[in-house]
Amino acid sequence: MTKSTIELVCHKGIGKLVSGVALVTSDNFSARYDLDRIKGVFSRPQHALYGQNYVEKILVVNTAKGGVASAWMLNEMVQRKMAPLALLFNNVNPILAQGAALANLTMCDRFDQGDVTQLISTGDHVTVDPTRGRVYINKA
Amino acid sequence: MLLTEEEQSMLAGEQGDARQWAMNHMIQVGEFFDAENLVGVSQAHMMADTESLGEAGVQFVESLAILPEQDRTVRIPMITDPRGIDFRHYKSLKQTDDMASLEQRAINGFKALGILMTDTCINYQTITAPTRGEHLAFGDTGVVIYCNSVLGAFSNFEGGPSALAAGLTGRTPNYGLHLQRNRQGTKLFNVEVQPENLTDWGALGAIIGQRAGSYWQVPVINGISVTPSSDDLKHFGAAMASYGSTPLFHLVGHTPEAPDIETVCLPEKLSTQSIGAKDLEIFFGQYGNTGDKLDVVVFSAPQLSLFEMSEVASLLNNRTIHPDTAMLVVTSPAVYADATRFGITEKIERSGAMVLEGMCFYQSYAREMGLANGWRRLLTNSAKLTNIIGGYGYQPSLASMKTCINSAIAGEVL
Repeated sequence: MTKSTIELVCHKGIGKLVSGVALVTSDNFSARYDLDRIKGVFSRPQHALYGQNYVEKILVVNTAKGGVASAWMLNEMVQRKMAPLALLFNNVNPILAQGAALANLTMCDRFDQGDVTQLISTGDHVTVDPTRGRVYINKA
Repeated sequence: MLLTEEEQSMLAGEQGDARQWAMNHMIQVGEFFDAENLVGVSQAHMMADTESLGEAGVQFVESLAILPEQDRTVRIPMITDPRGIDFRHYKSLKQTDDMASLEQRAINGFKALGILMTDTCINYQTITAPTRGEHLAFGDTGVVIYCNSVLGAFSNFEGGPSALAAGLTGRTPNYGLHLQRNRQGTKLFNVEVQPENLTDWGALGAIIGQRAGSYWQVPVINGISVTPSSDDLKHFGAAMASYGSTPLFHLVGHTPEAPDIETVCLPEKLSTQSIGAKDLEIFFGQYGNTGDKLDVVVFSAPQLSLFEMSEVASLLNNRTIHPDTAMLVVTSPAVYADATRFGITEKIERSGAMVLEGMCFYQSYAREMGLANGWRRLLTNSAKLTNIIGGYGYQPSLASMKTCINSAIAGEVL
């Protein structure tokens, strides 16, 4: 961490401490609706991140949407090493949290400072510490 | 979390590895959502298609299935959501032997755990409808929103792993919609247009879901003067849950927790959003494409009830669908058996359509099916399906059941 590192406080999360590059959208997220999980890209044309690769990124989105399938799918994506490094939400739904628990995928939500999709920008270097409920940002 | 002696015993591994895994999983999820304890549940319903599970999920289930029988058997009635394969038709759909093989391995694993393979997302119409106040661990968002809203049961969205944990223990973390305080309305909608068919109900649900915004919002809907059928509310809820990840709605004057507005919210503290005919028109406008060559018509998501199956057969009226257009009619094994017994299946298949049982279109390797069959332009009467299927490479259009069938016969979107 440096003097310019920004610290965000969130609810205690799931998974292990990870660091990586952020991919950010104010759009929502479903593993089933939005992704080509084989290619590791957003595949729904209406999604703000359409065509972008999410693998090994710190994916920052508004909230979860839709379906139950994402719970199994996160585990499947992690096992094939085609998953984001971490998922950050303003508010997540139970399905994504359940999937993160099975997959041991890092996930946090409920940020004290406000809208996480505005606090972090695509390209920022981000460290997520779910056990302490902290996210550290070094702006790009 | 506060655990009972029985729960502590399971957590300590005294009742086998499967229940120990289940307890650890539920504690992780429960702590994430600040649950203070677990709550007993009477039924579990699990998403079990292999497109979701993948090889990793199937291996996980198989790792539980080889445990001793007393350690691996579920403790409450546990049923399944649609599969990914209808073994009688997968070759016609150009699904692969590898897909069928993975599906069979998953089925074998689930059966070894004592799970009843009902393969349905309309269990509330066909298996055992929950009662008001019954705590459940149900998967499939359409199932959960219907059982919470229309029947007054208590369930969160339970993904496959969590539903399995609930089945193994008879419990689930006590948060979200298991708590009465989270069932109060948070957003008020005044509907100024009356839905006329299933597709209208789906579109209305989709609009409300989009505006609801997240799992933690509870829409209160006022202004519906027609009496909805079970199938109407099935499409309404399924679309709302799909577009909004919404698990509960209150339809004032119709659903059990909302005899009037004041019972479910403080209306003076909520801003009211109106939904009128123009909003429905805009919604349908996104999914028009009249005149386009039509590749496939899909009736699915949710699976069709016996009444919907009967209506499809009636609307076909002994006509034949266009040779360049496929039509898939998807239902549950229970409805399929009845429909076959009543001659409905034969009437539908005589048109050239395919009746599929125990699967759901988007849970069945839809991307691979689309590529293998050259399907791009898809027409459906399910607003839920239009929301999902674009990500699988399809161009979805939305219309009533009648227009879908007439389009299938014409070979173009009417």
